[in-house]
Amino acid sequence: MSESNPSPLDVAQVAHLANLARIALTPEEIEKLTGELGVIIESIAKVSEVATPDVPSTSHPIRLTNVFRPDVPGETLTVEEALSGAPERDGDRFKVSAILGEEQ
Amino acid sequence: MSSAELMDFDKALELFEPVLGFEVHVELNTKTKMFSPAPNPAAPGAGAGEPNTMVTPVCLGLPGSLPVVNEQAIRYSISLGLALGCDIAPTSRFARKNYFYPDLAKNYQISQYDEPIAHDGAVDVELANGTTFRVEIERAHMEEDAGKLTHVGGATGRIQGADYSLVDYNRAGVPLVEIVTKMITGAGRDAPELAKAYVSAIRDIVVSLGISEARMERGNLRCDANISLSPRGSGKLGTRTETKNVNSLRSVERTIRYEIQRQAAILAAGGTITQETRHWHEDSGTTSPGRPKSDADDYRYFPEPDLVPVEPSRELIEELRAALPEPPAVRRNRLKESWGFTDLEFQDVVNSGLLVEVESTVAAGASPAQARKWWTGEIARLANVKAVDPSSLVSSEDVAALVVLVESGELTDRLARQVLEGVIAGEGTPAEVVEKRGLKVISDDGALIAAIDDALASQPDVLEKIRDGKLQAAGAVIGPVMKAMHGQADAARVRELILERANSQG
Amino acid sequence: MTGHGAASELIALTAAELSARLASRDVSAVEATQAHLDRIAEVDGDIHAFLHVSADALKTAAEVDGARRMGAKLGPLAGVPIAIKDVLCTLDMPSTAGSRILEGWVPPYDATVVSKLRKAKLIPLGKTNMDEFAMGSSTEHSAFGPTHNPWDLDRIPGGSGGGSAAAVAAFEAPLALGSDTGGSIRQPAAVTGTVGMKPTYGGVSRYGAIALASSLDQVGPVTRTVLDAALLHDVIGGHDPHDSTSLTDNWPSFADAARTGAAAGTLKGVRVGVVKELGGEGFQAGVSARFAKALDLMSAAGAEIVEVSAPSFTYAIAAYYLILPAEASSNLAKFDSVRFGLRVTPPGGGTVEDVMAATREAGFGAEVKRRIILGTYALSAGYYDAYYGSAQKVRTLIQRDFAAAFEKADVLVSPAAPTTAFKLGEKLEDPLAMYLNDVATIPANLAGVPGMGLPMGLAEEDNLPTGIQIMAPAHEDARIYTVGATLEALLEQSWGRPLISRSPRHPLGEGRTK
Repeated sequence: MSESNPSPLDVAQVAHLANLARIALTPEEIEKLTGELGVIIESIAKVSEVATPDVPSTSHPIRLTNVFRPDVPGETLTVEEALSGAPERDGDRFKVSAILGEEQ
Repeated sequence: MSSAELMDFDKALELFEPVLGFEVHVELNTKTKMFSPAPNPAAPGAGAGEPNTMVTPVCLGLPGSLPVVNEQAIRYSISLGLALGCDIAPTSRFARKNYFYPDLAKNYQISQYDEPIAHDGAVDVELANGTTFRVEIERAHMEEDAGKLTHVGGATGRIQGADYSLVDYNRAGVPLVEIVTKMITGAGRDAPELAKAYVSAIRDIVVSLGISEARMERGNLRCDANISLSPRGSGKLGTRTETKNVNSLRSVERTIRYEIQRQAAILAAGGTITQETRHWHEDSGTTSPGRPKSDADDYRYFPEPDLVPVEPSRELIEELRAALPEPPAVRRNRLKESWGFTDLEFQDVVNSGLLVEVESTVAAGASPAQARKWWTGEIARLANVKAVDPSSLVSSEDVAALVVLVESGELTDRLARQVLEGVIAGEGTPAEVVEKRGLKVISDDGALIAAIDDALASQPDVLEKIRDGKLQAAGAVIGPVMKAMHGQADAARVRELILERANSQG
Repeated sequence: MTGHGAASELIALTAAELSARLASRDVSAVEATQAHLDRIAEVDGDIHAFLHVSADALKTAAEVDGARRMGAKLGPLAGVPIAIKDVLCTLDMPSTAGSRILEGWVPPYDATVVSKLRKAKLIPLGKTNMDEFAMGSSTEHSAFGPTHNPWDLDRIPGGSGGGSAAAVAAFEAPLALGSDTGGSIRQPAAVTGTVGMKPTYGGVSRYGAIALASSLDQVGPVTRTVLDAALLHDVIGGHDPHDSTSLTDNWPSFADAARTGAAAGTLKGVRVGVVKELGGEGFQAGVSARFAKALDLMSAAGAEIVEVSAPSFTYAIAAYYLILPAEASSNLAKFDSVRFGLRVTPPGGGTVEDVMAATREAGFGAEVKRRIILGTYALSAGYYDAYYGSAQKVRTLIQRDFAAAFEKADVLVSPAAPTTAFKLGEKLEDPLAMYLNDVATIPANLAGVPGMGLPMGLAEEDNLPTGIQIMAPAHEDARIYTVGATLEALLEQSWGRPLISRSPRHPLGEGRTK
């Protein structure tokens, strides 16, 4: 972060992140989070001090490889179990409001 | 865009060099899904199933559920990678691709990002002019399919204007391999044909490996086509579009042709191409823009912490390599030889993208000549009328059954065409259609003789002429008899009976 | 109750003691269960350890009693009641992870650990309170109100598993299940005077545990004694084919390991490493004093105390608060109002995108939103390498430091939490201060090694419990049970009684103040 811009985050960025994370934050929340996250990010940014290129990454605490399942059908949920938690259903399918965006 | 805004194809090719790229998604036909033991709707004979009946907590992304990799899907992916001439990565990893969409149960797709299972291969594609074009493969990676959305309400049943949508997660988690090509240049005016031939070649490969049902109309094989135009001689790459939903061989070809013409018109008029996702519309033969690519497409990939790296052993890779079917060129030579086709006949089959169909029809009991005749003839004609791929109309088993009925004399060619229509209309197998429509050749001489008598009653001089040696006079009776029999008579037998009658009365 | 003894006596028993009485049919599972249900009814209004109390507990207990009468061969904890952290999926009870967004959700499946409990015939009493999606160190971030520390109702019980720790500390259950992502089992144990074990990553199945951070989460026992933790660990541990990160180790009996340790009375030949970076500045004086005394005790019992340095541990919190939010932002994306949970439609309707965003705005609490946004940032294009990528490298450095430390020591020790229980509300507005509560526990999660928190006495200045943490190399959980049980015995010997007996909430009443 440049010294002229001490806060690593601004309001527009937080609004963008909220959109990516699909949370309809209020302007007040965005304002508050911008400050809080700025402080947090400054304190955690120090990871880059020791994360030199020669250090490999660790994604899993205990290294395992090739964990597979045989291709054998197992128990499935019944339709009623599958839909038991649905906020809204239509027949045997989950119902949602219209989608404005497009398929990915 | 109206056709007025398309540049003439030949002119477009004079001005621009098309640059292509393809992402082909192959649904694997394992018994179970990629990450859960739910039955796979893309398995042989499985079918889509009643909504939400082929799901586990994993498919629904229920809180607490965890993925476990299907070993068979790994083996299939490695085999496919090898068949594409790829290197198999000693270590590959799954990653999460994060985006929100209601058909994506977890709102992230488990895919592979910077460590795919296979990379750097090539596929040789044969063109109609006999040349071979090498398409280089960048990578083949494993991922999971999403569920199925149905848009309800509105005028079209399409996403635009729908009132609401319904979600079925049966397809969620079906194993996919995505094959990504490197940039393809130099195809020139063959670009549309190359596109179709490439996808057809991929289809041949996965079918010969037996790892996918490869039915494009069912979504077992799906193609996203990238295309950009480079002004000839400029050496500069143009802005590319990515066209999705290109789900038949026929539309792969048409999409490329259309986009070349569309982009050329825009560029020639001084416009710029928007980098965007476009959708192919089979009915209008056009593409339309989706959402422009923007920073909203920040997928935030990171290594999937719920899964561990895949490190196929040397032994496994060699075992799968040894089990690979013959290379496509060898296979083609073998088939051509065993079927006894001329170069022209065989090329006709390959260029129509019907090699797989003819092969499986022969395997199901038809003679090679008949199998070729039906697929490249009547079925291709009907498919063209309906603007779909021939393979989407009828199964190879049904075609073989039809051919057998013709060859045994139970159906005439003409009747067989009617049976084919019935099969395509969903009336059942050829035998069932024959039964339901009552289309059998009438081999009951009694019925034929009665019809001959009726016809002779109005043309009493015919028998006389025959006896005078004018055998062709029989034709005047054959016509009305065939008509009376609704075409279900064997014309040769009718002729025989007429001649017998003339002789017996003489 | 029957004439076998007062209910208060029953609930004061450890799980091991209760097991013995159940096995001898001196006490029935129904009696034991009823006594705990009565206790919950009596005190949980004050404590609020439970979000849900099972309606089936007595029925299940009766079935266990029936099986026992029929001569069925039952496991050691059959008939013992247990509280289950609400992060675990249960077929017969709502599973909310302390979140409004999952309020009332009853999963169509059991977590693997819950299935194992049922198979071993333990009696699920109910679901315990927690910080929403296990994000927190105080249980104040529960959408359903905080849990209170049984030692002082104005104080936090630790978190995120404050409900499980408080339930055990308040004698509402002899056993509980917790989950530990950065200390959520061990830190609550420390501040409630109980025992909590975070197993080796992969030692206990995560299937059915609502994920916070997949590469850090681990389910484990919450109890009042080391032996009880070991007995419970024996039930829930082991390979699960539904969890790709589940280990295939052939685990020894942890109960045997604990019994061996308790009987030993000596730590002769055990090298105890004191991690320099997990003490000193930032640690409450009374906590440090108790820790020093515990070291003295171990030394006197023959242990060789060695100081070890793990320099990268000073980066652990920073790495943790990148990895956890990053994984959580992705894990929590599934809460979108489509298949389960809350749905909030914005005024005037809206597209599915609007409904998702409104639901997540209304359904998630402030801390959850904070971490989701932070994690989204850490993973987003242009920042990944600097943040998430760097944090994964720090993880490597921490593993190396552990490896080096375990060259010099058989177990590592530190205070389990830097302070005793703080007042409710005290750190709620200062997330960074709240995050520091996990300073001692986080390294074990990042490296996947097992760690236990167990009582080491009351802090002089506030008379509140403090806890010591014992860590061992990955796969060496049994070593912790052995050393832990020895230390527990030594400490109790030095005090003349278990620490928990000094709790004001002890059912036999001696420390009772209210």
